[in-house]
Amino acid sequence: MSNDLWQLAITTEQFKGLYNYWIVIFLMMTGFFIVISRKNMIKTVIGLNIFQTSVFLLYITMGKVNNGTAPILGPEDAHHDDHSHDKSHDAEHAAHPFLNQISEQTPAQNVSVGNEPTAPLEVLAEAGNSGLIYSNPLPSVLMLTAIVVGIATTALALALIVRIREDYGTIEEDEILILDRES
Amino acid sequence: MIYIDIIILTLLAVTAVTVARIRDLWAAVMFTGIYSFLGASWMLLLDAPDVAFTEAAVGAGISTVLLLVTLALTSKTEKTSVSVPIVPLLVVIGTGAALIYGTLDMPHFGDPDAPVHTHPNPGFVERSQPDMHGLPNVVTAVLASYRGYDTLGETAVIFTAGIGVLLILRREKTSTEADDSTTEGTS
Repeated sequence: MSNDLWQLAITTEQFKGLYNYWIVIFLMMTGFFIVISRKNMIKTVIGLNIFQTSVFLLYITMGKVNNGTAPILGPEDAHHDDHSHDKSHDAEHAAHPFLNQISEQTPAQNVSVGNEPTAPLEVLAEAGNSGLIYSNPLPSVLMLTAIVVGIATTALALALIVRIREDYGTIEEDEILILDRES
Repeated sequence: MIYIDIIILTLLAVTAVTVARIRDLWAAVMFTGIYSFLGASWMLLLDAPDVAFTEAAVGAGISTVLLLVTLALTSKTEKTSVSVPIVPLLVVIGTGAALIYGTLDMPHFGDPDAPVHTHPNPGFVERSQPDMHGLPNVVTAVLASYRGYDTLGETAVIFTAGIGVLLILRREKTSTEADDSTTEGTS
């Protein structure tokens, strides 16, 4: 009994961290179901599209960092003394890569930079970072490529469907198989 | 933030199930567009605006247009089958259960120490701006420069697909033209 309760506690703790993967897997399986259960070819392509978008979502959701923002560097980052700083940064923050964070720097203080122009800006420039946390850009890059390749394969599949319709007069797989056996 | 996440994810799930259940292909295509747009909205919340824009333009836009064109050239309704697809349902449930078992070892959502954030050395995020002479968007820097050959290959894929679509769709026309010319020649 106590063992069951322990497992339940783990599950509720894990739920917040893993629910996004579960939803994505549900979407993926819905697309997979459409692909393997429907005989209509256009419906199959739609199912492939849904599966594909779910894979994009899986990658993008892995790239998110808590309290992060989009990986677009602000103008203050341009003032960096880049090379020397980068090496020290990599060494210091190897465990927290995307936290370009001064310890007590909060986003609210960062917003107030515009009102108090000189002093905080200098502090930021000396520290060599903007106090922002960036989410991981690599999944975004990979998925941009995948989206474009995905539309290419979709277009090719739809062109094939149009040709099949011209030759067979139907786009239902079972009817096409019957026609093939008769001929 | 988490509430809008939950709303969008619920809508995504409902839309996907609706696409699976609905028999009218026109409505299914429209729901696919909605699905892509909801996915793009969630990507925006997940700090990936570049992917969100691309998905909204390509997934919800071009993909929907291509599907509608195909519907106009073929048929708009799916043949209804009475049999319940029990085997696909079992396959899907089994695969889904295996995948969910696999997620139990995944790093939690938003965990900054996840391997995906540590293992390609993330120094490139800060190096990219000097490397690209002040380009602020890291995604663009990686896409167009650090992984430029990958993007070149992607362009080759698009080119090949475009040629393929043209060849597939033009074959009928050229063969009829050939027939016309032969008949003209014999007559």
